[in-house]
Amino acid sequence: MDALINKRIKEVLKGDQNAFAEIVELFQDKLYRVCYRMLGNKHEAEDIAQEAFVRAFINIHTFDTKRKFSTWLYRIGTNLCIDRIRKKKPDYFLDAEVAGAEGLNMYSQIAATGELPEEEVLKMEMQDRVQYEISRLPDKYRAVIVLKYMEDLPLQEISDILEMPLGTVKTRIHRGREALRKQLSNM
Amino acid sequence: MMNMCPDHLVHYMHEYLDGDISQEHELELKAHLSSCMTCQQHMQELSKVAAFVQSVSHITAPSGFVEGVTSRLPKETSRVGMKRWFHNHPMLTAAALFMILMSASLFSNFNDDQQFSFTKQPNIVVEGEKVIVPAGETVNGDITVKNGDIQIDGEVNGNVTIINGSQYMASTANVTGEIEEINEVFDWLWYKMKAGAKDVASFFDSEDEK
Repeated sequence: MDALINKRIKEVLKGDQNAFAEIVELFQDKLYRVCYRMLGNKHEAEDIAQEAFVRAFINIHTFDTKRKFSTWLYRIGTNLCIDRIRKKKPDYFLDAEVAGAEGLNMYSQIAATGELPEEEVLKMEMQDRVQYEISRLPDKYRAVIVLKYMEDLPLQEISDILEMPLGTVKTRIHRGREALRKQLSNM
Repeated sequence: MMNMCPDHLVHYMHEYLDGDISQEHELELKAHLSSCMTCQQHMQELSKVAAFVQSVSHITAPSGFVEGVTSRLPKETSRVGMKRWFHNHPMLTAAALFMILMSASLFSNFNDDQQFSFTKQPNIVVEGEKVIVPAGETVNGDITVKNGDIQIDGEVNGNVTIINGSQYMASTANVTGEIEEINEVFDWLWYKMKAGAKDVASFFDSEDEK
């Protein structure tokens, strides 16, 4: 896997975009999933994940092939997500899916701007509830929780992705877990 | 509810959940949990959080995601595009390369050689663009005339080649070698190739002589 990716990266370095499309093919699900979990919105997730790939392409010469490519890619993706969350600019997509449609994004949209009344939360489907609770987490806990529990990544890799010491990663996972525990105390 | 138990026990719970706990911490935690209902509940809730977050189904990128990325990439340099085309069409590339080299070397050669020129032999006369071997004279060696005519009244002990010109032979003329007229492009090519082959042959001959 790594050998194949490094081969493709060499071709991309020569300017070959077809080789890069193959890389996107391989990593699109992973990166999109992380973005979606962090942002809670399909359109934003697609936009940010694609932007992350574009930045990876532009900066591919800075990638050290002795390292793991997915770590580097996750770093670009999570940084973009964190920036987007912090800006909190009101991005409304008119064609966003509404209640009853597949994906049911209404909750996550509201979650981006504010809290839901408790009785609404209790009526949620499990999938939406998870997404809603994740989106209520402060963004510094959100990234570690998503990477740890949804992507099932080792703590060391999370530390590499977020470029923070292992101890900080652990502390944030602990705090994130405590925050979720409090949020879920009504379940 | 206020938790009156020492803080480090909560820390151990997290270490346990991270799969990052030492044996002594684990023993201490287990001993404490068996005797403290509050901490037991805390531990249960934390385990539930993990299960809860992990319960989400895996989602995949929407269709057309890759195309979306490639359409946002900066434009590819044409150099790479050409390289890829060559890579995908090796035969056409070889053919194209051959044609380019052929036309470049041979046709330009043909066109560059539009000037009147001839093999300089001691006893020939030149009038305008015409080479004359006067009557009674004998030329020892080959004569090649390019872009001009040759009139042979005397004798030539060798070959006569006329490129883009004509030959006039008097009744007194005597050429011991071959007489060759070259006027068309393809004759020219043929001549060039034969000359090349002869050069190669003579090269080997001279090698043999050594």
